[in-house]
Amino acid sequence: MNRKAQILEIIREVAHKDVNPGADESLFESGILDSFALPDMVSAIEREFKIEVPDADLNPRKFDSVARIEAYLDNRA
Amino acid sequence: MAFLRAFGAYLPSRVVTNEMLAARLGVEPDWIVSVSGIRERRYAGEQETVADMAVKAARDCLTRAGTDQSRIGLLIVASGSAERRFPGPAVTVAAGLGLAGVPALDLPMASAGSLFGMALADRLAGQYRDVLVVASEKMSTIVDQGSADRNVLILFGDGAGACLISEREGAASIVASSLHSDGAFANDLHLPFQGPLEMNGRSVIMQASRKIPRSIQETLAAAGRSVEDVEVFLMHQANQNLMDRVAQTLEAPAERFFSNISRYGNTSSASMLIAAAEWSQQAGFRPGMPVVFAAFGAGFSWGALLAAG
Repeated sequence: MNRKAQILEIIREVAHKDVNPGADESLFESGILDSFALPDMVSAIEREFKIEVPDADLNPRKFDSVARIEAYLDNRA
Repeated sequence: MAFLRAFGAYLPSRVVTNEMLAARLGVEPDWIVSVSGIRERRYAGEQETVADMAVKAARDCLTRAGTDQSRIGLLIVASGSAERRFPGPAVTVAAGLGLAGVPALDLPMASAGSLFGMALADRLAGQYRDVLVVASEKMSTIVDQGSADRNVLILFGDGAGACLISEREGAASIVASSLHSDGAFANDLHLPFQGPLEMNGRSVIMQASRKIPRSIQETLAAAGRSVEDVEVFLMHQANQNLMDRVAQTLEAPAERFFSNISRYGNTSSASMLIAAAEWSQQAGFRPGMPVVFAAFGAGFSWGALLAAG
């Protein structure tokens, strides 16, 4: 499974919905995720990609779309 | 080590239900319940000030302690919604309680103010004997009643709480506490000089979801205790969904988290002490009973405090 597919799988898991958001589609403004799903998604990203997201990076904008999550992971690589 | 002697509370009589707000905001009352757990909140009267409510909560606390103000050596008043820039409400509350000459300290921190006040009182009680910590908020005046942001307006209510902390006696002793602040996200929850309270709810939830459980764990570890030992969690009543999430993260039964948010909404710094006052009337400390207090708010500032009967 490639990284984008992994991210989409995480989003579906925390949203409890079979969604397929566009790369730049806001996960929150579109209603795919609510505010309380955000911490779940970050925790799932940490587990899946074996990273620790420090509190200083807990900015919702960094995790607002598939493209932004990919960019964040690129920066962490 | 200091002791928790009594709690007190004051809630204004005007009830503002979800139905009253929902019509104005164009939402369903049940939507408010689903996103916050809140069904109604209280609003203070137009002329009722932060200090007025604080004095009433303080008097309730002193009555429940079976004492008067004569042994109070320090007054700490937490409020993020005071009516003027300075002096803060502490001196007015002191005057209302007949505490002339007693030092009166303001903590203009909003939600975490009462927790910080309790932790400070614990450290200062040895010098000042009884320390009265009061938290009072008139949130209805600092949120945008024009409902520009429905996610903010639905949350907040008015009220006051108080806690008497004594160097010599009380129902429980303060065992440990941890306090933290991080200004990197100060603009995500703030009240500017002009304009209403502004909140980035996602940022608050994201940070609080991690920081509250961590500070609770840190406080318990410092005392050699574990989550399983804790019989009651008295948290800042910010949002029922947040309290449930903290319980889930800690793997603690949700029913151990005392909650009255459905009736009062989020009263910022006052909420934890109002919750403590209600809990102490309904149940209260038993010998050896560990209780955790925890709060998170603007700053961000957060922390936890462990008390044991």
